Formats: sequence, C-alpha cells, structure tokens
Amino acid sequence: MPSHPLRGAAAIVGLGITPQGKVFDTNAIGFAVDALELALEDAGLGREDMDGLLLNPGLAWSDLGMGSFQLQQAMGLRNLRLSATMNLGGATACAMIQHATQAIAAGLATTVACVFSDMPLKPPAPKAERTSGASAYGFARGWEQAYGFFGVNAMYALVARRHMHRYGTTQDHLGAVAVAQRRWASQNPLAQLRDQPLTLEDYHRSRWIVEPFHLFDCCLVSNGGLAVIVTGAERARNLRRPPVSIWGMGQGHLGGDPSDTLTSGAVLAKEPAFRMADITLRDVDVVELYDCYTFTVVVTLEDYGFCPKGEGGPFVASQVTGPGGSVAVNTGGGQLASFYMWGMTPVSEAVIQLRGDGGARQVPRHDVALVSGNGGVLSTHSTLVLSRLPA
Amino acid sequence: MSAVPKPLPQITPEMAPFWEAARRQELVVQRCRGCGTYRFPAREICSRCLSRDAAWERVSGRGAVFSFAIMHQVYHPGFADAVPYAIVVVELEEGARMVSNLVDCPVEQIEIGMPVEAVFEPVTPEVTLPKFRPRRAAG
Repeated sequence: MPSHPLRGAAAIVGLGITPQGKVFDTNAIGFAVDALELALEDAGLGREDMDGLLLNPGLAWSDLGMGSFQLQQAMGLRNLRLSATMNLGGATACAMIQHATQAIAAGLATTVACVFSDMPLKPPAPKAERTSGASAYGFARGWEQAYGFFGVNAMYALVARRHMHRYGTTQDHLGAVAVAQRRWASQNPLAQLRDQPLTLEDYHRSRWIVEPFHLFDCCLVSNGGLAVIVTGAERARNLRRPPVSIWGMGQGHLGGDPSDTLTSGAVLAKEPAFRMADITLRDVDVVELYDCYTFTVVVTLEDYGFCPKGEGGPFVASQVTGPGGSVAVNTGGGQLASFYMWGMTPVSEAVIQLRGDGGARQVPRHDVALVSGNGGVLSTHSTLVLSRLPA
Repeated sequence: MSAVPKPLPQITPEMAPFWEAARRQELVVQRCRGCGTYRFPAREICSRCLSRDAAWERVSGRGAVFSFAIMHQVYHPGFADAVPYAIVVVELEEGARMVSNLVDCPVEQIEIGMPVEAVFEPVTPEVTLPKFRPRRAAG
C-alpha cells in the first residue's frame, strides 16, 4: 500500500517556550512574539522565511479580534500566504500543526508558525486594591450561578463522577496520575512544580476543589507563550535542529453529552492517524496526553486502546506511566505539574523527547510520539503522531 | 450570613417561563413540538429533529440523581458560608437533565441513582429557585 501523501510531508523544526507561570512583565501579544522569536531562532530561520501564521489565542486575547493579524503586525511579518485564528480549546495546538502540514503539502505555504499565548494570572495586588464584591466575578451570568455552579472544574467533576460510577474508577486511580506526572516533573527544569514531590498520601491530603477533584487533579494556570515552526520535509533536513517529522494526524469531536459517552474524540481520531502514520500502539515510545485533569489522562489512555474502556483507573494505578514504567506518559510532568499552555504543553514535550533533549527524564527509546489535544469538556480532540525518523 | 448575597439568576427572555412557573411552585421544561423531546435549559432549535417549535410543559418534578459534584472552592463570595455544597444533575422522569442543588441531604449521603423530587425555595419576590430533595423510592 502506498504511504499516505501527508505522512512525513512536513516537520516541526523550531520550538520556542517563554518563561512560564507567574510572569507579569509582558502581555498576551508580548508572550506570542517572544515565543515566535525563540522558535525561529531555534530553527535557524528568520521572520522573512515564514509565510504562514496560525494563532490559538488564550483567554487574555478575548477582546482582541483577528488575533493572527494582530500578531502579524506586532511581529512585522510581510507577505503571508496563510493566516488564521483558531480555537478548539485544548485541541487547537495539534490542529494548528495539522492545518500547517496540509497547507504545506498542498503547496499553499512553505513555513508556518503555530503560536499560543495567554496571561490568565494577574500580578498580586495590594490588599486594599483587591475587588471584594461579586461584581468582580464576570462569569457569574446566566442561571447556573444561582445554584453555585461555577467553572470548568465542576463541569469535568460531573463527568468524572459518572466514570467512577460506571467503571469503578477511584480517587486512588486519579491520584496515581498526579503522582506519576509529578515524578516526571521532578526531572524537568522547566516544570513549575519541579521541586514539589508528591506522594499518594499528599494527594489525598490536598484540599478539595470540586469533589471528586483535589487541587492536584487540576492543571496549573500559567502565563506564557509557546510556538512551533512547521516546514516541508526537504527544507527541514537542512536546518539547525533535527527535524521532528509529522507522520499522522486525526481529529474527533463527538458532540452530545460527555456524561453519556465518557469518551474523548480519540476514538475517532486514532484510526486515521495511526493508518496515516503506518503504526500501531506498540510502535509508540512516548505518549503526551492533554491533561486538564488527571481524569482526562485516564479517559484518553482508554480511548487510544492502551487498556480496555473503563480500565484506565487500574491501568494508571499499576504505575506503568511514570519514569521507568512501560508506557511513558506526560514525560515532562504535563499540564498538571510543568506548565499549562493548553495543548502546546504536550506538543512541546514530544518535540523535546524526540530530539533527545529530555536530559534526566529522556525516554531511552524515542522514535515515535503520540500527542493528544482536548478542548471543552471532552468536546474537541486532535491527535498527532510524530517521529524523529524521516517518513 | 455572607456579606455578599448569592447571585440571582439572570432571567433571560428564553428562560423567563421557567422562572415564572417556579414562582407558582411548578417545574416546567421545554418540549419540542416536532419530536416530543424534553430539554433543559431553553434552546431555540431541537438538536434531535431541528424543529424550531417548542413549548414549556409542566413536568412531575420527580427524577433521579444522574451525577453530582461537591463544591469546596468558593468561586463567589455569596457561597462562602455554603461550602461544601452539592451540585447535582437530576435526570427527570421525562428525560431532560437539570443542574440544581440537593437539599435535606448531607453531601456525603448523595448517590447516583438516588430518587429525588422538586422543591421550591423563594429567594426574592421575583425569584424562586427550584431545587431537589431525596424522595422515597415508592413516592
């Protein structure tokens, strides 16, 4: 069977990660510019080499229309042949790389930057200046707030509770994800929680946010920017860093109520992605999964088929996903423990591992990485299969 | 008592019939006139049959806990004295699911599948909140 025309057609050749976390000296566009500059430098390319720009605007971009054009102007980019502002939530990062690859393979662009930035954290204000009234809570609209129903934590908690009910998933199972990822984070110099080890007892003692979620079931919140540069396979061979070849891709957006499916779109995305990449799960060395919550990791592992549906809890509790385990999952600590750049966090860690730049946390065999993105409440999903080997 | 009151629901035109019925101690949900599906909250278009035609209908108020989450974090100062409190998703006998609170039940006793029935909690002269309480299975 001839290989798929998109398999290996493009590669990630540049990675830019700004300082992450409680960083307050710039703004959302500033972080985007910084990340893009770092990614171009990493690739050994200049602004003039780029002809495509895809942007995933974080929450702080909310008032800025036409984000990719704003970023183009801020960066002084001329003569782009591809530009779009995309938002599938946490599934956007992999989706941007997919669209970049498709445009490059179709000859519509040659070198495309995919950028995310956000600045959800505000500098700590002096106590007297803090707003104290309910008016500060801009999201308290609609009808649910009268019942005290706030935020995405609660929305996911309702779905996680159904998974626990239907499949017997336990608090220990969720905690196993948090512990495994914190162990990975302890070896990642970029991780915000690198110096904060976590045991299962610590996990159980951490405060509840929305039960069944403890504090350490929930991802971090980070200010920062992250960008990757995608270019055609041929150009990729002659750049500064080893190319990370894009082997396969897919998306899956199930619709309906996630409380009924208890499933991510990985069930739809994996088949075309693995077929395009010409791999099976056994070929995957590094697994970087979107982890807005510990629960999301459990579900996504099930949906890719690392274990049967409903057995994600016992699977992670068997301690196979941490350092030294048989399935290396979220090897930088993920968004639970390193930094939260929506789906760019798993993408960046895949690039680091495939390049062999993982340092103390480097996975010994690192030919093929599986990367997932997830947005909304298991609402949107994207998959990438990446490799350090050319197609 | 919290210094800041709990927020009131924003009564939008689409949801006004729900709040008007609640003031009369009645629970209503929208029902599609195309395919008969009950739905909540209000929508303009039925996602099943795409009909634009719908009416509000009184329902039994009986249902079961479909899922629940216990809020410990204070997201709004009006709930500072209320935590931990439960958010429940109730699946009504008629099929629609509704986010609400469960009253007369300690949070640690809530279970999925628990039979519940609607109760009405007046908050202001204009606003009454439909909530749910445990119901004996035979009731």
